Amino acid sequence: MDGVRAGSALQPALHLPFLPRHFYRACKCVAGAPHGRPASLTEASGGSRRGRCAVPAPCFQSLSPLQKIASSNEHRLNFWKSKELCLNYIQDALLQKQWKRAAEFLTSYIESLEKDFSTQYMGPSEMIWRIGTEILCNHSRSNIREFNSFIEQMKTLGVKRYLKVCLEHAFHLLCNGLVDEAYQNLSLAESWRFGEQTVVQDKEMKLIQAYRGLLDYYSWSNQKNILLKYGKEGFEDLSVEQEMHGCFRKAAVNLKEIIKIPGVWDLFVKSYVDLLEFYGDHQEAREVLTDYAYNSKFPANPNAHVYLYQFLKRHGAPKKSLISALKILHDIVPSHELMIDFNTMLQKSKKRKRRRLGLEVIFAVLDYAGWKKNVKAWSCLARQVKQIVISEKHLDWIKQEWNSRKDWWPAFHFSRYLAKRDWQENESLSYEKALLAGVLLGKDCKYFKYVSHQGCKAQVKKFRTLKKFVNKHSTAYLSISGL
Amino acid sequence: MDEEDAGDFNERCAQCSEVNWGLTDGGRFYCRTCHNVIERTREVVSTDVIPNARVQTISKGSRSQKKTDEGWEWYVCEGFQLVLKQQAEALEALGVCPQMKDEVLCNFWRRYLQKSQQAYCNRPAGETIKALSVCDSSTDMDSEPEQHSLLHFLSVSESDGDLQTDCSYASSAGKVSESTSVCSGSVDGSLYVRKNRKEKLRMSMPMTLSFCYMALLWLKEPMTLSDLLRFVVEGHIPYFNAYQHFPEKMKLYGLDLRIFCVESWPVYEEVYNKMVELAAFLDLPRFPDITDNCFLHPDVLCMKYLMEANLPDELHNWTCRLVKKTSIGEVDFLTLTPGNKSTRKVKYDVLAAAVIVVVLKLLFLLDDHYEWLLSDFSAEGNKNNKEGEGGPYFEFKKWYRVIKCTLDVEQKKLDEEKAKYLWKCEKPLFYSVKKKSKILRRRQMVENLQNQFGKLSGSVQPAGRPNPSSFLLSWSEESTDGSCFHGHSLKGILQEKHGLLTAINTDYWLCTDKLCNEKLCGHLAHYREEDFPKSYHFVLRLFSFLLRIQPSSIHEEVCAIEHKLFNKKLYKKPKRKRSLRK
Repeated sequence: MDGVRAGSALQPALHLPFLPRHFYRACKCVAGAPHGRPASLTEASGGSRRGRCAVPAPCFQSLSPLQKIASSNEHRLNFWKSKELCLNYIQDALLQKQWKRAAEFLTSYIESLEKDFSTQYMGPSEMIWRIGTEILCNHSRSNIREFNSFIEQMKTLGVKRYLKVCLEHAFHLLCNGLVDEAYQNLSLAESWRFGEQTVVQDKEMKLIQAYRGLLDYYSWSNQKNILLKYGKEGFEDLSVEQEMHGCFRKAAVNLKEIIKIPGVWDLFVKSYVDLLEFYGDHQEAREVLTDYAYNSKFPANPNAHVYLYQFLKRHGAPKKSLISALKILHDIVPSHELMIDFNTMLQKSKKRKRRRLGLEVIFAVLDYAGWKKNVKAWSCLARQVKQIVISEKHLDWIKQEWNSRKDWWPAFHFSRYLAKRDWQENESLSYEKALLAGVLLGKDCKYFKYVSHQGCKAQVKKFRTLKKFVNKHSTAYLSISGL
Repeated sequence: MDEEDAGDFNERCAQCSEVNWGLTDGGRFYCRTCHNVIERTREVVSTDVIPNARVQTISKGSRSQKKTDEGWEWYVCEGFQLVLKQQAEALEALGVCPQMKDEVLCNFWRRYLQKSQQAYCNRPAGETIKALSVCDSSTDMDSEPEQHSLLHFLSVSESDGDLQTDCSYASSAGKVSESTSVCSGSVDGSLYVRKNRKEKLRMSMPMTLSFCYMALLWLKEPMTLSDLLRFVVEGHIPYFNAYQHFPEKMKLYGLDLRIFCVESWPVYEEVYNKMVELAAFLDLPRFPDITDNCFLHPDVLCMKYLMEANLPDELHNWTCRLVKKTSIGEVDFLTLTPGNKSTRKVKYDVLAAAVIVVVLKLLFLLDDHYEWLLSDFSAEGNKNNKEGEGGPYFEFKKWYRVIKCTLDVEQKKLDEEKAKYLWKCEKPLFYSVKKKSKILRRRQMVENLQNQFGKLSGSVQPAGRPNPSSFLLSWSEESTDGSCFHGHSLKGILQEKHGLLTAINTDYWLCTDKLCNEKLCGHLAHYREEDFPKSYHFVLRLFSFLLRIQPSSIHEEVCAIEHKLFNKKLYKKPKRKRSLRK
């Protein structure tokens, strides 16, 4: 480079170009304001340079969002800025399931652990725990040993996080079928003490205990099955039995604790009730289930009512209590599968009020798309409607229910397309629906016309009866539709 | 630098009659041959730049140990001296001339110590430090008020972010107040941090780079500031974690971390401004002339950047003509005269890049339209003239495509490098002894985790840093894909007029019609990307990438050159307006 002499002396002087009279001002240019420029000069350059500032550039691409974060033109960098960039790359890689790449960037991010003296919740150690777990769970070259060693290190990172890490570790072990290891882990976490326990830690500890209880229940139930098998074969094994009872006690204590706290504890409640029932403590089981279902401190939970209903049914409880359990379930989840049982139960009832409720329940079930092809539900409705029409009592019930549905059910259930499809796929479904269509929409309804026509053509007897029935009770249609 | 010269004392030794004198740490003469120490002490430093003052060797008596486990007493300026020494050695290893360390940088440093009253003066600031900082000897630390004021001080300087060495060790200090049993490892660490840095030029890590650059400039070494900073970031010059090579006995903790721990990349403007300030502070004479055969001369630097930007060699004629016309190639303009406030200080690399940008604007207009039009003309010319003599016509569009691809790839690489940048040092640091075990445990865990995830990451860890090169991009004419434009000719965009080749383009647009006052607002001009043509921004981005500085810095320089170039026309403007109205 030293040999290069600037030979400017040999150069002719620079000829200055023309400066437009209105000097270039960026904002004006963007707005497309024309430049004041004498015509002669424009000609000199070929005469094809009009309004050039308004023309956008041909081939510029916009930056990707990541590039914008990285701000390519920014040449400053400090420790936390670089770690922030690093996190962005990790996030990107995780979203695209590039586990190798994520691990690569995480390797650089880990450094920030050394500088993590913060007490903030989402600090680097939390990030590393979560991201590392995600990578180790998905990376093709990771294994459970790697995972364990990672988690053990994470456990030492923060007092506040310890129990959470333990619990998630146990979950991961369970997912990999390592029940004993998970049990050990939970027991270890349970015996951990550090300073004064905060409220949060207290709750987390209860969870740890509850999950350990659940695993106790699991081994109890295994031993129970073994014993039942032996019992059939005429053996008796006292030690297994004792061990089983031990498991029962351990499980029961912890499970009982957790379900006192308001929350959704389906798994724990079910296990606990199972234990109680096995040892014949029906009273306690019933109390637990009732409390779980009716205690207003607990969040609304349909399963609570299902469990209660199933328990009551198992133990032959009176109809009244069964009905009240299902009534609440109907209010929370009108489309629940138990609603068919509920409707059957109500239809059989002698009380008018209950039969009325039954109609309401079955109509509500069929409001949901999931039930559209369910023959059982349709036949329940058809049976009840047929009954009412024949008896010619309480037609107003149907009318009331139909009122809110008449403007959308025809398209939802009784279109010609559905008639065709139902007929092809499921004859008995189309029969039930055709009956209802005939009653609710009259004999001119497309669904009824198509299905009964097809039925008669195929010479199926019940379709001819159906046609007769509808024709006979055409007055019902009139009173239902309010004509 | 660490061994002081006995100068012109040339009496014979009484024991062995040799003349081979050295100086002890205490400033006394000793015979290098027989190790006989004599009574005579050195009184005057022999260098001519330093006026008559009693020698106060900074390390005097410092090798006495306070306690067996605590290491030496040492001063902050000794730490910086060690850093500077390492940096000078690294620069030497990169090929800088060997005088730099012992003759140039060393003298600058001594002069700094003297001017800032730290050494080579009658009453060095260190004496008062000692009296003030009794609290530094860890026994006295239970005196509440002192500790309190220190912590208060820490929290104050935490909020003002301009202290480069600000680091999270220190910012965590507030939370670990009870464990600050020791203020600093150095004797004057606390005083140093407490010193009002606006009053005098307080030494800092970025300033070590200002010192280096000043020495490079003094020697007219072929290394620009942007090169220097890039080498620092790439790890060729000790800067981050430079303290890990301190002697074992020089313990660093507490406030020392704030001083020597760097957790951000050096910033061009900051290092540059500090260098200018420093040169004035040291009362340096005018620097050696930057003549046209010097690497830093715009004509030479333009050549380098033209090559790096893959532009035709022919453009060099144009940059030279521009340099001449605007007289920015003059020695007086280019040479640094410290303390002369009337002249603008030159950033050689930015200036050269700006010259190229202005030339591109002169030839191609860069208004997002005309350059594409010219490119189409040239493409047509190339079609008709396949056996063109003097190389094919330069097509802006083709050049844009090639550069854009390369730039995007390189930029992506750089961004990823930034994200993966490792700041860690081998030697773990702790704010105080109490935190030591915790820090060491963390360090161990970090290493374990890095190993674990390193194994899971697909790529192999890069085997060391890349070799230092002053070229970021390189283009070879041998490559067959036609991606090298060095040999392309400008004929497509030039025309002959009165026997002279001039540009077809006859128009020009100014980046701004009025420059701001640099002293008042800090900038000559302001840059907003969306206000300017995209081609212009692209060119700025290219040079911003090559120099690792903000596009706005180049833009400012472009504005300055434009105003020199069009000075007369701008001045005439109102007159002409009037005449046109008539």
